[in-house]
Amino acid sequence: MNIKIKKILPQLATLFAVVLIFGFFTFNAQVNMDNRGIEFGYGFLSQESSFDVQFSLIEYDGSHSYAKAYLVGLLNTLLVAFLGILFSTILGVVVGIARLSPNYLIERSAAFYVEFFRNIPLLLQIFFWYFAALRALPLPQDAEAIFGISFLTIKGLFVPRFVWENLDIFFYSVIAAIISIVVIRNYARKLQENQGRQLPVFSISAGLLIILPLLTFLIGGVSLNFEIPVLEQIATTSYKYTGGLGIPPELIALTLALSLYTATFIAECVRAGIQGISKGQKEAAASIGLTPNQILKLVVMPQALRIIIPPTTNQYLNLTKNSSLAAAIAYPDLVLVFAGTAMMQTGRAIEIVSITMFTYLSISLAISLLMNWYNKKIAIKEK
Amino acid sequence: MSDKIIEMKSVNKWFGDFQVLKDVNLDVKQTQKIVVCGPSGSGKSTLIRCINRLEEHQKGTIIVDGNELTEDTKNIEKIRAEVGMVFQQFNLFPHLSILDNCTLAPIWVKKMPKKEAEELAMKQLEQVQIADQAKKFPGQLSGGQQQRSAIARALCMKPKIMLFDEPTSALDPEMIKEVLDAMVKLAKGGMTMIVVTHEMGFAKEVADEVIFMDEGMIVEKQPTKEFFANPKSDRTKLFLSQIL
Amino acid sequence: MSKINFLKPDKENLNTYLYSGSFLFFIAIFDVFINSFFEINITSFLPKIVSFLLPLILGIIGLHLIRIEFSGIKNLDLLNKNINTSTFNAVLTLLIIFTIIKSISPIMSWFIIDANIAGDTKEACTGSGACWTYIKIWLNRFIYGMYPNELQWRINISFILLITLAFVGLIPSAKIKKFLTLYYVVIYPIIAFILIYYLISGGSLGLEWVETGAWGGLSLTFIVSFFCLIFCFPVGMFLALGRRSVLPIVRYISIGFIEFWRGVPLITVLFMSSVMFPMFLPEDFFMDKLVRVIIAISLFEAAYVAEVIRGGLQALPRGQYDAAKSLGMGYWKMHIFVILPQALKLVIPGIANTFLALVKDTPLIFVVGLLEIVGMLNLAKTNPKWLGFAMEGYVFAAIIFWIICYAMSRYSQNLEIKYKTER
Repeated sequence: MNIKIKKILPQLATLFAVVLIFGFFTFNAQVNMDNRGIEFGYGFLSQESSFDVQFSLIEYDGSHSYAKAYLVGLLNTLLVAFLGILFSTILGVVVGIARLSPNYLIERSAAFYVEFFRNIPLLLQIFFWYFAALRALPLPQDAEAIFGISFLTIKGLFVPRFVWENLDIFFYSVIAAIISIVVIRNYARKLQENQGRQLPVFSISAGLLIILPLLTFLIGGVSLNFEIPVLEQIATTSYKYTGGLGIPPELIALTLALSLYTATFIAECVRAGIQGISKGQKEAAASIGLTPNQILKLVVMPQALRIIIPPTTNQYLNLTKNSSLAAAIAYPDLVLVFAGTAMMQTGRAIEIVSITMFTYLSISLAISLLMNWYNKKIAIKEK
Repeated sequence: MSDKIIEMKSVNKWFGDFQVLKDVNLDVKQTQKIVVCGPSGSGKSTLIRCINRLEEHQKGTIIVDGNELTEDTKNIEKIRAEVGMVFQQFNLFPHLSILDNCTLAPIWVKKMPKKEAEELAMKQLEQVQIADQAKKFPGQLSGGQQQRSAIARALCMKPKIMLFDEPTSALDPEMIKEVLDAMVKLAKGGMTMIVVTHEMGFAKEVADEVIFMDEGMIVEKQPTKEFFANPKSDRTKLFLSQIL
Repeated sequence: MSKINFLKPDKENLNTYLYSGSFLFFIAIFDVFINSFFEINITSFLPKIVSFLLPLILGIIGLHLIRIEFSGIKNLDLLNKNINTSTFNAVLTLLIIFTIIKSISPIMSWFIIDANIAGDTKEACTGSGACWTYIKIWLNRFIYGMYPNELQWRINISFILLITLAFVGLIPSAKIKKFLTLYYVVIYPIIAFILIYYLISGGSLGLEWVETGAWGGLSLTFIVSFFCLIFCFPVGMFLALGRRSVLPIVRYISIGFIEFWRGVPLITVLFMSSVMFPMFLPEDFFMDKLVRVIIAISLFEAAYVAEVIRGGLQALPRGQYDAAKSLGMGYWKMHIFVILPQALKLVIPGIANTFLALVKDTPLIFVVGLLEIVGMLNLAKTNPKWLGFAMEGYVFAAIIFWIICYAMSRYSQNLEIKYKTER
């Protein structure tokens, strides 16, 4: 009886305290809102937003609803997160491996990069790229062409836009290539199990992925045209580029800063993973006759990836959350568009901030759950 | 002459400034069992690690089964497929089952079909009496079981020579016997073995020759009976008095 | 590449290969050096592309010639095994050396040679390099924010007092050592709070009141970092213990709390503290903006600290818990005297990392209108008398942050080594 009370009492006390705190807050909120004549409700989401957004991946203007504005912000956030994850991974892996090079110069350069970009606040790096570095770029009329078709200016990076003819045929050919690669891999695996022979699966897969889509250009009627950005004068001293794709400097600065910063952490994860494989593993693999490539593929990488992937996924999460700093340079991500402009216009602080936080929470939890599932699945079994 | 499977002539090795092998000469004939003993730091592990090129010697020649060990990598891989090694720390691959540990090299190096490789592996695992653990993972086995699995893994490549680098030094006392039993069985089956160890009981039972190394040199090399009955050098006598 | 036997060095002609190889290598470096520092192009008679690639080609050939295995010369072998193991490696080495040489000259001219520091106005910056005059003039604002100039002695005194009091831990007296934990966790923060409240903020004891909105610059960075540091640590510790509790309600509340703060970006937390939070407080209860921000950031970082400490608690061998319990220690005694001291030592790098992240996160408070150093920079660069000096400001702040963060991470590495050997 005594033990039960010992266990139940603290829990009841904690529960009571939590309920009390929440009750207190809710009560105050109610009173404050009544006094100011603000209602609480999510109905405003279907109202017209009446503000435009500078950069959007979907059709949107002031006549669309707040809910649509939310979507625009969300897509922009996901876009910069995706680009950031892509570039920081590539850079991080390269730097991580460079950190293990026996070449003194290479190792020191990689170490310098990591120490340099890791110890400067991300916000400062974003400001630097946006307000200092990118401001030094030329005006549209003075920009030099890169390979004759792209222009890096103070107003953004202008690249050719793809104009497809029969895009769906190209798309089907890519799908066909992927299916045939899967089939061939299965076949190669069965072949190895039954007869021991090995096929150069990688080369064959690469070949298929390149040749099949290319074939569609020759015989499928697919054609690719480039719409090159063209300089146009709109006033006596201002020019702009029409046609082509314009990538806003805000996006460039944000992606650059996020990638350079997060890559330092990913580099350390990669380095820890590869260093974590004891020398004895590589020696044992060598002593049974495996080639260096086979050792990497069959013994080192499977073990290293198990060490590398969880913290790296954590970094991806951090990158996604850090993308909210976009508000500082007016890149229209979820926070700026929804928790910034929309909130200022409607005054619905509680609803909007709660929706925003809930969105980020969902993304974080989803990735956490995925990571937990992955970890359980590949965990090395022990006693 | 031609049944010498390992020939080491004037082998010298330095780690930086420190000379770890000094003018080592050693010939091993097929089916010979040699035990190498000596104080720590004497170079005995380095000696056998030079045989499968896990360490590089700077001076002298090492010829294994007619092939000289040089920087030529194709040669090294050929030699490694014929020389099996068992490590003090077992070094089983933790992410693969015991069976997969054993079939890895036969499948990828000898290009054996999976079924054939698995049959071969099960046979070797039975030899060391661990066939019932084939589907388990290294982390689920005891030290003695892991080391026996490591022996089976090395045997799956059908080596002509087996090298043992202090195979029982990392084991709890009650598990040493099971590993030594497996090694004795292997020896009686005719395998050429070079074993670095402190287990003198094993040496007395199975070794043809015992070598005592100290400070990088072979101090004494004698047939087993002679070695224990009449050690010639004072250093050997001192060492034996300390461990027997 | 090793199959190319053309010009492959051998031991007989060692010296010829050595000299010719090194000669080519140094010519390549010399060319890049002259080009970069003196802007003289000694190969200008060649077409542009060839002249540009020439140093690289010469360098590759040079290094190829000296790539000899086992030459017997110790330094040469060391060099070869390190930077010259293959053509690919040699190319990378050359590219790195060229990049370093090419970037030293412009960096030095911007930072020092063409820079200005004398004078009082924008016109004093005549060179094409950095305008350090701008930093010099604005330095006071960058450090003290908008705090009234004549009252800045109050901030100075507070900080000097705080720093001296921080070194109490170094006094060797044995009597003091017993109270050290109590001192750092309870007394020191209280002293700090008193100093901040009465000295810096003022409003009583005859000192003029300075509102928190006027605080800014580096001093604000330090104030925010300091208080968040001392609050988030104990809160994080309790959360970590709560998460590992056997009582389900306590555990679930802790998990919910931790995962909530870890799942949202800091910027939304700051928005929440400035916009949403006042709604939850009673009508006439006014909480200063700075206080709200410090509470918000502390709760945010506490969740991360909790996870780090939890890692330490989990890493501790079960035997420690068993031994403490078998000696009759209750939950709290066991944790205070046995578990936590060990667990905390284990996770020093993790905690140091979190503190570092906290310092790097302080610039975000600009979103609620508080201007620490980065905020002051942004304000300064829009001043009409000083337009166009954004770069100097950011470089200055970057250097300061880099020094602070690097020092902290170095210190934590030393702590880690010290505690490892003590074990």
